[in-house]
Amino acid sequence: MLERLFQFAGGRRDLVNLLLLGALLLVVMPLVLDSFRLNLAGKYLSFAFVAVGLVLCWGYGGILSLGQGIFFGLGGYLMAMFLKLESSGAELPDFMVWNSLESLPAFWQPFHSFGFTLLAIFVVPTLLAWLIGAAMFKRRVGGVYFAIITQALAWILSILFIGQQGLTGGINGITNFSTLLGWDLYSESAKLTLYYVNAALLIGVLLASRFILDSRLGKLLVAVRDKEDRVRFSGFDVSNFKIFVFCVAALFSAIGGAMFTLQVGLISPSLMGIVPSIEMVVFAAVGGRYSVIGAVYGTLLVSYGKTFLSENFPELWLYFIGALFIAVVMVFPNGLAGLVDNLRQRLRPRGRALPVTAVAEEARA
Amino acid sequence: MGDILIMQAFSGLSLFSVLLLMALGLAIIFGLMGVINMAHGELMAMGAYTTYLTSVVFEKYLPGLMGAYLIFAIVFAFLVTFAFGNLMERFMIQHLYRRPLDTLLATWGLSLILQQGFRTIFGAPEVGVPMPDWLLGAWQVTDAIEIPLNGLFVMALSLLVTLAVFVFIFRSRWGLRIRAVTQNRVMSGAVGIDTKRVDRVTFSIGSGVAGIAGAAFTLLGSTGPGTGQLYIVDTFMVVVFGGVQSLIGTIVSAFTIAEAQSTMEFFLSGSMAKVLTLLGIVVILFFRPEGLLSLKVRK
Repeated sequence: MLERLFQFAGGRRDLVNLLLLGALLLVVMPLVLDSFRLNLAGKYLSFAFVAVGLVLCWGYGGILSLGQGIFFGLGGYLMAMFLKLESSGAELPDFMVWNSLESLPAFWQPFHSFGFTLLAIFVVPTLLAWLIGAAMFKRRVGGVYFAIITQALAWILSILFIGQQGLTGGINGITNFSTLLGWDLYSESAKLTLYYVNAALLIGVLLASRFILDSRLGKLLVAVRDKEDRVRFSGFDVSNFKIFVFCVAALFSAIGGAMFTLQVGLISPSLMGIVPSIEMVVFAAVGGRYSVIGAVYGTLLVSYGKTFLSENFPELWLYFIGALFIAVVMVFPNGLAGLVDNLRQRLRPRGRALPVTAVAEEARA
Repeated sequence: MGDILIMQAFSGLSLFSVLLLMALGLAIIFGLMGVINMAHGELMAMGAYTTYLTSVVFEKYLPGLMGAYLIFAIVFAFLVTFAFGNLMERFMIQHLYRRPLDTLLATWGLSLILQQGFRTIFGAPEVGVPMPDWLLGAWQVTDAIEIPLNGLFVMALSLLVTLAVFVFIFRSRWGLRIRAVTQNRVMSGAVGIDTKRVDRVTFSIGSGVAGIAGAAFTLLGSTGPGTGQLYIVDTFMVVVFGGVQSLIGTIVSAFTIAEAQSTMEFFLSGSMAKVLTLLGIVVILFFRPEGLLSLKVRK
C-alpha cells in the first residue's frame, strides 16, 4: 500500500518533497503570516499554477510558450464575468453602462450560472490551447517559432481586451465585485478558506503532473523533447503528445487565473500580456524547469522578491529580475531544484539514481 | 479621393520603411544566426538615445554644425550599438548558441536591465531631438498632397541601409564567410574560416543596424525607456513572416504588413487594425510555417 503511494507520488523522495511543500502551504504559512500577507501568498500561489504548467510543457515537452498569460487571463476573466453579474444583480455591469451599452451582450448571458462558469473555466482555455496546439504542432511548428507566435497571440489578446471596453472593461479590466454565491469574499474567513482551497488545488495539480510525468505518456514526452524524429519514426504521432501537454498547461493556468480573481478581486489585461507571461516563465526557470515542486518555490521566491524590492527599492526591481534571468540561464540552468540536487549528489556520491534534472542534463549533452 | 489614396499609400510606405529598418538587424541576428535577441528593441533605443546625446553635445559645443548633427548621430548610433553588440556576444550569446530558448530568456533579462538603465541615466520621461532645418516642412506635390520631409528621409535611409546590408552580405568577403558559416558551420570551420569571429562580427553588425534604426526613429517620435519593448514583437513578426534566412523575404513581409496595417487603419481603429494584422500573420504562418519566402537549403 505504502509502496503504491510512493509510486503514485513519483518515488519516496518526491513524496517527501511534496509533503514538505504541503506542510509549508497548509500549516506553516497560515500560522506565520497575518491575513494580509496570507492573501498575498495566495495571489502568488495562483501564479504557481502557470509555472507548474510551464514545467510540463517547457521542461518536459520542450515547447516554450510565451503566452501562458492568455490562459491565466481567460480563467480570470471567465470567473470575473460570473462575479460581476452576481454583484450587478438585475442591472447592467457598471463598465458597460459607462460605455453606453444598451443590454447585456449575448456571450455574457450564460455567466449568470455558476455551474456554467466553472465548466467554461475548464473548457474554454483548454479548447483554445487545443486549437493553437493542433494548428502549430500538426504543421511541425516548434521551438523558437512557437515561442514567438504564442507571444504575438498574448499581445493580440491583450490589445483586443483593452480595445473592446464595453465587453471587457478595457484597460481597467473587471473589478468591483464582492460576493461569490452570496458569500462575502472580503471577510476574514472567506479569505482564509480561499487560501486553503487554492493551496489544495495547487497540490492536486502537482499530483496530476506527477501522474502524467510518470505515465508512459510522460516518458514519451521526454523522448519527444530529446529526439523528436526518433519517436516519430517509431510510429507515434508526436504532435498529439505536445498538444496534450500544452492543453494541460493551459488548463492549469486557467485554474490559477480563476483563483487569482477570487483572491485579488480583479482581473485586467495587464495580467495576460507579454510581460506577465514571460515573468511566469522566470518563476518556472528559477524553481527549476524540470521540477514541478521547484516551480512553486520559484514562484514564491521571485514574487516575494518582487514585492520586497518594489516596496523598498523600486528602482532596483528591474535590475534584479533582469540579472536573475541571465543568471538562471547562464549559471544555474536547472534552477533551485538543480542546486538542491547538486547538493544531494555531493552529500551522497554513490549508489543513488540520478535525479531527474541530472538525467535531463545528460540527455541534452 | 485620389489624393487621400496617395496620402494613405505614402503612410503605408513610411511604415514600411520603419518596419524594414527595425527588422533588418534582426533578420541578420535571428534570421541568419538563429539567435533570439529580445534585447533588440533596447539596442534600437540605445541608438535613439545616442542620437539624443549627440544632439545635446552639438547644441552645446558646436551650434554652428547643428544642421549636420544627424549624420554624425547616425554614425555614432551605429558605432555604439556595434560595440555593445560585440560585448554582448562575447559575454553572453556565444555561450548560448546551442540553446535558442535560453538565449531568449537571457536577452529578455538584459533588455530589462537596459530599460532600467535608460531610466536611471536619462530619466523616465521621453526625450526628443531637435529636427535639423533641412528636414522641417513638407514637399508640396499638389495642393492637397504634401509629403513630410522627415518621412522621406527615413525612407531614403532605410533604402540605403538595406542596400548596404545586401552589398555586405552578398558581395563582400565577410558576407561570403557569414553565408558559409550559417549554411554549414562545421564545413566552414574545416576550410579555415574562424567561425567564432564570424559569429561575433555578424552579431555586431546586426546590432549596429538596430542602432541606425533607433537613430531614424528619433525623427518620427520621442524616445523613452520602454520604447524598445514596443517594437520587439512587431520586429520578430516581420522576420518570421518573411521567412527566416531570407533577406528578400524580410522586405516583402515588411511591405505586406505595413500596407495591410495602414489600409485597415483607414477603416478601423488603430488597435483593431493591429489585432487583425497580427492575427492575419499568425493565420498565414499556419499555412506557411516557413514564412513567405524561405531559402531551400539542405540541412
